[in-house]
Amino acid sequence: MLEIPCPWCGPRAEVEFACGGESGPPRPADPGSLDDAAWTAWLWNRTNRKGPHVETWWHQAGCGRWFLLARDTSDDRVLASWPIGATPPPLPEEGA
Amino acid sequence: MSGPFRLAEGGTRLDRGRPIGFSLDGKRFTGFAGDTLASALLASGVRLVGRSFKRHRPRGLLTAGPEEPNALLRVERGPGRVDPNSRATLVELVPGLAASTQNAWPSVRFDAGAIFDRFAGHLAAGFYYKTFFRPGWAWHRLFEPAIRRVAGLGRAPEAPDPDRYLHRHVHCDLLIVGGGPAGLRAARRAARAGARVILADERPAPGGGLADTGTAGPRIAGETAAAWLAGLVAELDRAGEVVRLDRTTAQALHPSGYALLLERVSDHLREPDPRLPRERLWKVRPRAVLLATGAIERPLLFPDNDRPGILLAGAARAFLARQAVLPGRDLVVAAFDDSAYAAALELARAGARVHAIVDPRPEPGWAARTAAEAGLRVLAGWAPVGSEGGPGLRAVRLAPLDAKGRPEARGERTIPCDALLVSGGWTPAVQLWAQAGGAVAWDEAAAAFLPTRGPSWLAVAGAAAGARTLGEALAQADRAVDRLLAGLGFTPEAEPLPPIEEPEPARALPPWATPELWRRDPKATFVDFQNDVSVADLEGAVREGFSAPEHAKRWTTAGMATDQGKTAQPTALALLAASSVRPLEELAPTTMRPPWTPTSFGALAGVHRSDLFRPIRTTPLHGWAAAKGAIFEDVGHWKRPTAFPRPGESLEAAVARECRAVRTGVGLLDASTLGAFDVQGEDAASFLERIWTIDVADLPVGRCRYGLVLKDDGTVLDDGVVCRLAPNRFLLSTTTGGAARLHAWLERWAQTEWPELEVWITPVTEGRAVIAVQGPQSRLLLRRAVSGVDLSAKAFPHMAWREGWIGGVPVRIFRVSFTGELGFELHVPASRAEEVVETLERLAPDLEPTPYGIEAMHLLRLEKGYILVGHETDGTITPRDLGLERLLSSKKDFVGKRSLELPEHRSADRPRLVGLLPVDPTALPSVGGQLVERAEPGTPSLGRVSSAGRSPTLGRTIALGLVRADRARPGTRLLVYAADRPAIEVELCSPCFLDPEGARLRG
Ligand SMILES: [Zn+2]
Repeated sequence: MLEIPCPWCGPRAEVEFACGGESGPPRPADPGSLDDAAWTAWLWNRTNRKGPHVETWWHQAGCGRWFLLARDTSDDRVLASWPIGATPPPLPEEGA
Repeated sequence: MSGPFRLAEGGTRLDRGRPIGFSLDGKRFTGFAGDTLASALLASGVRLVGRSFKRHRPRGLLTAGPEEPNALLRVERGPGRVDPNSRATLVELVPGLAASTQNAWPSVRFDAGAIFDRFAGHLAAGFYYKTFFRPGWAWHRLFEPAIRRVAGLGRAPEAPDPDRYLHRHVHCDLLIVGGGPAGLRAARRAARAGARVILADERPAPGGGLADTGTAGPRIAGETAAAWLAGLVAELDRAGEVVRLDRTTAQALHPSGYALLLERVSDHLREPDPRLPRERLWKVRPRAVLLATGAIERPLLFPDNDRPGILLAGAARAFLARQAVLPGRDLVVAAFDDSAYAAALELARAGARVHAIVDPRPEPGWAARTAAEAGLRVLAGWAPVGSEGGPGLRAVRLAPLDAKGRPEARGERTIPCDALLVSGGWTPAVQLWAQAGGAVAWDEAAAAFLPTRGPSWLAVAGAAAGARTLGEALAQADRAVDRLLAGLGFTPEAEPLPPIEEPEPARALPPWATPELWRRDPKATFVDFQNDVSVADLEGAVREGFSAPEHAKRWTTAGMATDQGKTAQPTALALLAASSVRPLEELAPTTMRPPWTPTSFGALAGVHRSDLFRPIRTTPLHGWAAAKGAIFEDVGHWKRPTAFPRPGESLEAAVARECRAVRTGVGLLDASTLGAFDVQGEDAASFLERIWTIDVADLPVGRCRYGLVLKDDGTVLDDGVVCRLAPNRFLLSTTTGGAARLHAWLERWAQTEWPELEVWITPVTEGRAVIAVQGPQSRLLLRRAVSGVDLSAKAFPHMAWREGWIGGVPVRIFRVSFTGELGFELHVPASRAEEVVETLERLAPDLEPTPYGIEAMHLLRLEKGYILVGHETDGTITPRDLGLERLLSSKKDFVGKRSLELPEHRSADRPRLVGLLPVDPTALPSVGGQLVERAEPGTPSLGRVSSAGRSPTLGRTIALGLVRADRARPGTRLLVYAADRPAIEVELCSPCFLDPEGARLRG
């Protein structure tokens, strides 16, 4: 079980959180203007990379905030977390 | 007397003043406090402790520790206190303990299943996969039940576990796993530097293998090992920041550093304090971890190497040191490693007759010379080539090896004995290291996989890191703990290593390095004792093409038993390498999974059982419903009334009566579980506009609108009513089951995608109670109770809400209906809910307001064809599939809208919601039943039944279903097919069975 550093509450056990999956690009402002290929690419395609990877988490049983968390998918290490809209801290490169 | 194999004195753990009676298979024995079940049985001369899993071969004790593959017993400590598959080597003796052997019928001595051993050829690895591949019916009806009767490990207990188990969450600077010399020294060093330390040791007393050395053990700083260890432990126990845990197994070490320690608190106590838990699961988040987990001795490979009486030399040494038990009176020792010589010397000094020590290594080392000088017969260049006896060992066959390692038949000798001590060297216990993400690499000199690179917070020292002497282990411990402490900001003081008198051991010969021994009779030469995997099985795996370690493991099941092959690795891997002619370093060992040893479900569950298994939520009207005779069911975590049967009334009759009351009079439903969210802020309207499928911006204050919430792929997530309380304030009323999910969903969009919107979402479900008042007489009822609201149809239309009073209680009244009747929902403060519902009943005895439950609610909505999220939807269903296009706004964008335009969502094979009328009006289709044209194998499914029931209003069965849109023409007849039930013919119709014009609703 991971220990997750909530930017608002500090390190807490993973059971208090819900993972919202990989953080993708922002939702297009006018989805109606995209063709089917562009829309479905935004909807479904994720990088799913091995290595440092940014995902959204919700502190469901805590402060109720959504935030961003960087985790290395190869060894499950939590690298950093930061509030939505904040500048992300520098992250190690893949395999570092 | 506690057995013929107990010495008159000695035994570091033994309390001879406290004899303890116990039983095995009903036969009574006596041991002492400090015995394990294993040592007490050994002392009593019991050799046979079980039958092997597959071939039912007789098996005896192999080890003295957690790695034991054979001695798995069912242990009872009183009613309900039953543990199958207990390792006899870990069970400490307490009065009244009743053990029984497993996997043998009718008894372990006369086991009918032993016939399987005669057919060893048919029971080779992969037997299951090959023999029972087809036909399918034969597997389910014939082979599997027959095999289950004779195979399988243990029997699950039947009574509830009466014991208590606790969880404890802790943080520390340094967790040390293993209380041997390396772990103890590192703990003291860390404690002196000021670190908060947890030291977990699996055994009942600290000291590791060093505590089991006797007269032949090393001397440390001029002291005996026992004296030196006692000094270390005493200092640790005085240090304030050290938590030293005995009988505590590290069951898991996760890559994040999170560790699970299982402490056995009271099983070993004669009269445990009833306030103590049986076991305590420590959930530890250490900043750093040192593994000093030691090493596991390897058995040897030769024909019939599994006969009871053949055990590891280190185990024999431990039984002697701890409990003063001899493994036999007449011993032979097979020393492929020097540690077996020390065992032979100590056992000889204790009075056992050591007839020979065979050592295949041609050059005898220091240990061999010492043994010879002590008068023991050492046969250098010899090896065991077979064993003889019934179930128990009676003799060992020994032979000299020629220059190529081949046993010479001419020189072969048979030596009578009752125990054979074997040692094929030691395997570092790197399982937790690998589990935490550490890498290992093959080290030819150590003949083992040794730790290489690992996470920065993790270190390993001692025998687990390949140390072969005590001096090396202590030096490693100092280096490892100093590195970890430096990382944590602690500075340990310099401290010299103590002078140690110990010999330099000669290089061990691992068991796989003697192919001439294991190729003699591969089917009778065992590698994994618990799963009965022989050399022949591993060779067979290579022949079948399963030579990759992960494949071979699954094909042969080597390493997949409850011991996870602790004594079988890396031997099994080395045999794979030899059989497939590959270097061992190219094979990656498989990673052991948690837990390290089998763990009780009780320990994992902790206090989360019975009423505490999961939350129970009751509504403010729970007491009212219970007093009305409600029977309850679980909906999510909620308790909701199914129905309110009267005395002597069947459930079905009660539901029909409740439905009729709503259709003809007035009914009361506790709808407090519906999700409720108060949404406020400058941008509340535009936020909801983006989430709901309907128009929200133009909704007037005082009005409500029903709509859907979609995921961005166009599928229905939830449905619910949006009520405008004020220009910048809304109340959302959503489904019971989806409330938590919808909350996450709303917060997610508000916080992550549109943080610029000024909107606050507050779940208010628990703050209020909801009483649904439904039926043609509902207005009449409310007129008597409500003040301050004009309830006339003109002033208070469908889908509007008003504020008023019932007695002294403020109430929000919503004119909404999930029944198709004229109806209202009353939202009242939770604390006043019972008062309000009792007022309604008191004011209208003539109207007989009838409480109804969720069964009636489901039938009433089914008659109207209203969808229920989770029945008519399943995560793949779009609004168009449900025929709810009218709920899709054309004036704005909303989440999910774009996807509805995708060609996949418009194709003719999309499902379509339809009504289903059974041709036989008494036949009830099964929910989940498939809609087909013919009830024949191979007929494609055209859809499924999503809801069904017996409508009291229509006097017939009705159902809803989802059918391929191009086949969903009204009047079409299809069959409902459900396994093991007769097919039911249904006719497709509109999904609304009652009052399609909505006249009742708007009355
Ligand atoms: Zn938080």
